[in-house]
Amino acid sequence: MTALLPTRHEEAWRYADLAALESVWPVVPETIVLAPGEQGTRTLVIEGAAVHDITITLGEGAQFAFHVLNAAKGYGRVALRVTLARGSRFHLGAAQIAGGEQTVEIVTEVIHAEPDAVSRQVVRQVLAGQATGNYLGRVVVDRGAVGTDGEQSIRAMLLDRTATANARPELEIFADDVKCAHGCAIGELDANALFYLASRGIPPISAKALMLQAFLAEAFIGAADEERLTAAALAALETVL
Amino acid sequence: MSLLTITDLANEVAGKPILKGLSLSINAGEIHAIMGPNGAGKSTLAYTLGGRPGYDVTGGSATLDGRDLLAMAPHERAAAGLFLGFQYPVEIPGVSMVQFLREALNAQRKSRGEEPLSGGAFLKLAREKAALLKLDPDMLKRPVNVGFSGGEKKRAEMVQMGILDPKLAILDETDSGLDIDALKVCGEGINAIMRRPDKAVLLITHYQRLLDYVKPDFVHVLAGGRIVRSGGPELALELEEQGYEALVA
Repeated sequence: MTALLPTRHEEAWRYADLAALESVWPVVPETIVLAPGEQGTRTLVIEGAAVHDITITLGEGAQFAFHVLNAAKGYGRVALRVTLARGSRFHLGAAQIAGGEQTVEIVTEVIHAEPDAVSRQVVRQVLAGQATGNYLGRVVVDRGAVGTDGEQSIRAMLLDRTATANARPELEIFADDVKCAHGCAIGELDANALFYLASRGIPPISAKALMLQAFLAEAFIGAADEERLTAAALAALETVL
Repeated sequence: MSLLTITDLANEVAGKPILKGLSLSINAGEIHAIMGPNGAGKSTLAYTLGGRPGYDVTGGSATLDGRDLLAMAPHERAAAGLFLGFQYPVEIPGVSMVQFLREALNAQRKSRGEEPLSGGAFLKLAREKAALLKLDPDMLKRPVNVGFSGGEKKRAEMVQMGILDPKLAILDETDSGLDIDALKVCGEGINAIMRRPDKAVLLITHYQRLLDYVKPDFVHVLAGGRIVRSGGPELALELEEQGYEALVA
C-alpha cells in the first residue's frame, strides 16, 4: 500500500512544498546503524530535486558526522531521525542554497536516549528570490540521559526581502544535569562590509560571493571532503547571486 | 595637473544636507589636510567621494584624473585609482586578509586590462608592504580586521594602500586610535607609499600630531559643509592653538 501524502497539519511538513513532493512520493526511507565504538561519515550533495528520509542509530561511543549541501533545483528535503546511545557523538553540518521559488528544508529529531552523548547541528542557509529555506530541529533528552551536550546553531542570510527563512530549533528536556544550547539568526549581508570590499575594487557580485562563501564554510568545518563541498557551494551560490 | 577636482559638491545623508557647495583641487605630488570640528562633514566628504550608498549627491562634480568620479560605482572608483582609508575599518569574519586583498588587486588589474598577479608574486608584495608598516605578516592570514587592535587595523589599512597602489588616497582619521609609536609608523608608511610626483593624499584629521609626520602642502578648514579657509601648514598650528571656533566664526 502506498503511504498517504503528508499534509501541512503535520508539524514536520508544515513549510514543505507538497506539490513538488507528489512527484517523488513515496519516499523510500533509509537506515544507518553504527555499532558501538564505530565511526562513520556521510556527505550528501543535493543538486536536483530530492527527498531523503534517514534514520540513524548510534551505538555506545559511536561517532557519526553528516555533511549536507542542499542546493536543490526544485524541492530538496533532508529529514533525519537520530538516536544516540551512551557517550556517542553526532555532528550535522548543513548548508542550504536556494533561489527562484524553490523550497529547501532540513528536518531533524535528535534523541539523546542515554547519558553523556554529544550532538552538534550547524545549519547555514542562503536564500534569494522567493525561495524558502526551513530548519525544523528538535533535540530530545530522555529521562536519565544526564551529561547530555546538545547544540544547534542556525543562521540564514536573505539576499532578497522576498525570500523566507523558517527556523525552529526546539528542545525537549526530561533530564537534569544537561547542557543544551541553541542559537538562531536570520539576517542580510552587512552593507558596511559590502561597501568596504567595494572600496577596495571588488565588484558587488564577487563581494557577496566572498562573504557568503565564508558564511557557508562554517557548515563544512571538519568535513572529510570540505574542498569539494566548498567548491560545489560556490557554484550553487553563483546561480542565485 | 589637477588629480582631484571637486566643484560645488553638495549632498544629502538621510534627507539632510551635509556638504553645501564644497570645492577643492588637489594636484599630483601634493598632500592636503582637511581639518574641522565634529559634524562639519569631513567623513561625509570621504564617503561621498568613495560612493558609499546613502550619501546622495545633489549637486556639483568630482573628477579623478579627468574622469567623472560620481558616475562610477564604488569598485570602479577604486580601479580608477582612489583609495579610502576608513576611520573604522570593517571586520569580515571568515575571509582572510590575503584572499581579500588578492581578489581586490586582481579585480582592479582586470578592470584596467592587466594580467592577474600570481599567488607567489602577490604574497611577496604583501609581505613587503607588511614589513614597511611593521605588521606581523602572519596577520595577513587572519580574517579581515577580526581581532585586530585599533592600531593594527590602521596599520593594516596602510598595508592595503601599499598593495593596491592608488593614485589618490583619502585617509579618514587614520591617526585616531593610534599610540605614539604606531602614529609614527603609519605616518612614515604614508610618506613611503604616497609621497610621489604622480600621487596625492587627502588627510582628514582632528589633530596636528599626524601632520608632524606627514607634512601637508595645504591645510583646509571644513565647517558647515564648505571649505571656509585654506592655507599652508601653518594653518594647522594656528588651529591647534586657537581652536576652530575663533577661525570659523
